[in-house]
Amino acid sequence: MLESLQDRLGRVVKTLRGEGHLTEYHIDNALREIRLALLEADVNVDVVRRFTSAVRERAVGKEVLSSVTPAQMVTKVVHDELKHLLGDSTTELSFKGRPAVVMLVGLQGSGKTTTAAKLACWVRDKKRLFPLLVPADTSRPAAREQLLVLGKQVNIPTVDTRELDDPETIARKGLREASIKGYQVLIFDTAGRLHVDDELMDELERLKTILKPQHILFVADAMTGQDAVRSAKAFHERLDVSGVVLTKLDGDARGGAALSVREVVGRPIVFAGIGERTDALEQFHPDRMAGRILGMGDVLTLVEKAQEVVDERKARRLEERLKKNAFDLEDLRDQLRSVRKMGPLQQVMDMLPGMGKMMPAGGIGEGQERTLMRMDAIICSMTPKERRHPQILNGSRKKRIAKGSGTSVEEINRLLRQYGQMRKLMKRLGKTNPRTLKRQLGIQ
Amino acid sequence: MARTMLEKLKKGLFMTHTEFLEKVGETFRRSGPVAPEQLDGLEDALIAADTGVELSLRLTDELREEVRSGRISSAEELRPAVRTRLLDLLRSTAEDAGEVTTGSPRITMLVGVNGTGKTTTAAKLAKRRREAGRSVLLAAADTFRAAAVEQLRVWADRLDVPLVHQAEGADPAAVVFDAIAAARARGIDEVIVDTAGRLHTRTNLMKELEKVRKVAEREVEGAPHEVLLVLDATTGSNGIEQAKRFGATAGVNGVVLTKLDGTAKGGVILAIAEGLGLPVRWVGVGEAADDLLPFDAEEFVDALLELS
Repeated sequence: MLESLQDRLGRVVKTLRGEGHLTEYHIDNALREIRLALLEADVNVDVVRRFTSAVRERAVGKEVLSSVTPAQMVTKVVHDELKHLLGDSTTELSFKGRPAVVMLVGLQGSGKTTTAAKLACWVRDKKRLFPLLVPADTSRPAAREQLLVLGKQVNIPTVDTRELDDPETIARKGLREASIKGYQVLIFDTAGRLHVDDELMDELERLKTILKPQHILFVADAMTGQDAVRSAKAFHERLDVSGVVLTKLDGDARGGAALSVREVVGRPIVFAGIGERTDALEQFHPDRMAGRILGMGDVLTLVEKAQEVVDERKARRLEERLKKNAFDLEDLRDQLRSVRKMGPLQQVMDMLPGMGKMMPAGGIGEGQERTLMRMDAIICSMTPKERRHPQILNGSRKKRIAKGSGTSVEEINRLLRQYGQMRKLMKRLGKTNPRTLKRQLGIQ
Repeated sequence: MARTMLEKLKKGLFMTHTEFLEKVGETFRRSGPVAPEQLDGLEDALIAADTGVELSLRLTDELREEVRSGRISSAEELRPAVRTRLLDLLRSTAEDAGEVTTGSPRITMLVGVNGTGKTTTAAKLAKRRREAGRSVLLAAADTFRAAAVEQLRVWADRLDVPLVHQAEGADPAAVVFDAIAAARARGIDEVIVDTAGRLHTRTNLMKELEKVRKVAEREVEGAPHEVLLVLDATTGSNGIEQAKRFGATAGVNGVVLTKLDGTAKGGVILAIAEGLGLPVRWVGVGEAADDLLPFDAEEFVDALLELS
């Protein structure tokens, strides 16, 4: 995410470092780099102009000159300004009304339908409310089937609207269904449309009148270029959008659209879409995003993720077992799985400060993830007895496991060797401080 | 004559580009000697059209140099100079657009990131090809996205074109294999393959695409004859990265620029043409089956620089 912007500003800040005092010449140099970096990151030209002049205004003043470390000061100014532009604080959606209605709008292909399913999962799993999905994209062929399939996949009730050909009728049906059956949050997926299409924009206005949505979320593709400003503005003017969902942020797009849309709409970016899985929806954190842009890394998100995947009970059990020096292959599997649950390794790496720069361009995640998967497969192909007592693994057992897991005996031996080393290490550490150890193992 | 690209572009795309038009307009409308802020304005205008920072800076720097050296002496000469440069960029790629076809059926693969319009383009392209007198078969190799097969089936029914598909989650390479076999059995000329959208950063998914390509290569001589990157006109600089990565794994040899009926200018194709030499073959200008037009560099650039 935003690697290049990060790198680029990193370089600017580096050249500023080591300077005794900050002159206007330095600021101008930094600003030029910042301008180009932001433009390359697809931030809108006009937004960039306003941004750099705001930074300049603050940077040239006393604020910086009186400071001891000018580079830090400039970084801070840029960071604050970026954060400010992105929205200062995290906005968490709340839901009021029976049902609370959320309407998803946006251009074709921005990811509304996928977001609808993800949002429904979020409402159910994080908010503990009952969501109802209402597919109302009547123009793209099979769009409603798509949401029905997704709804079924994640077990979220979805109204079958395939027989209806008018979004307004669908809206009424959805509302009726929600109030009869007591669903708390109605998520309404609309057809993608161009903001220059008056007829379809009128339709959205009519839908808004019927649905009286609590939230109208504008779904925007993070890869969008300069045009992001125009489409966001048009949707906002017609509908008074209440928030933005930024999708496809798991790619390598620098995501300047985030800054542009945010500035034009003036409403918070509430979610970031970070993958095709239905749980790949994160709350958008402006402060973290700004920090990330500046190469400070996204440690907070990482920590949060780790906390989410590490099962407290399992961690305690692990602690017990470590004390007794009874760590077996089943425990190892739990550990491997919690590492994998944190998501693609590349994604995890990107959140670490400075890691973005150290990664080779192609990314490293896939190979290591494969290894993790193969290790998991090996352990899964063992009998419970073998997992608890790996010492009984002989040649013929290993052959069987290799066959069952689609791996090789060498790989099994490698795994066992690693396991042996881990055990040895634990034995030593286990005697000292199990609490630290838990942390080291649980939250890697 | 059917709608030309220019008409459609003028109507949909550029009439609404007020900011952009103003900027370019300001730059070109003046007469007399070239003022520095005119060139700055041009630079901004090019960037605002998603032409990319590097290319925009280079183009304007070149023009600055020409002004300095006196080769461009008045503001009236700016426009033709920009026009020529943009055209040169696009023309340098336009060659060998010929339909060299060895082996049969002729295979066209559509690839790209999520949500650019591959499925819709597959349908439109099928219609185009059939209108050119070829028999066509659609292959639903997007086995990942929920109901993607359904979407293509609706199109196939509408257009009355045969469709080869398998269950969701099936191996896309197997779908292509089947499609080729089916096309051969029925004596069909063309197979158009709709693939799943994937971010170019996903190594494993890109490998999958490579496999699809290999199956086509193995089954038909000279296949896949065309691998078209479907690119959303609203895409910013990331389009270059997309073209690079899809080019490397899927062997992209052309671009379809979709959603040009909005306000996006699709300037990223200029950067792609410059950096990778990939020609644009088609532009998508709407949701109807007829809304796919052959790309015309001259019309595109003229529309881009159109002032009225």
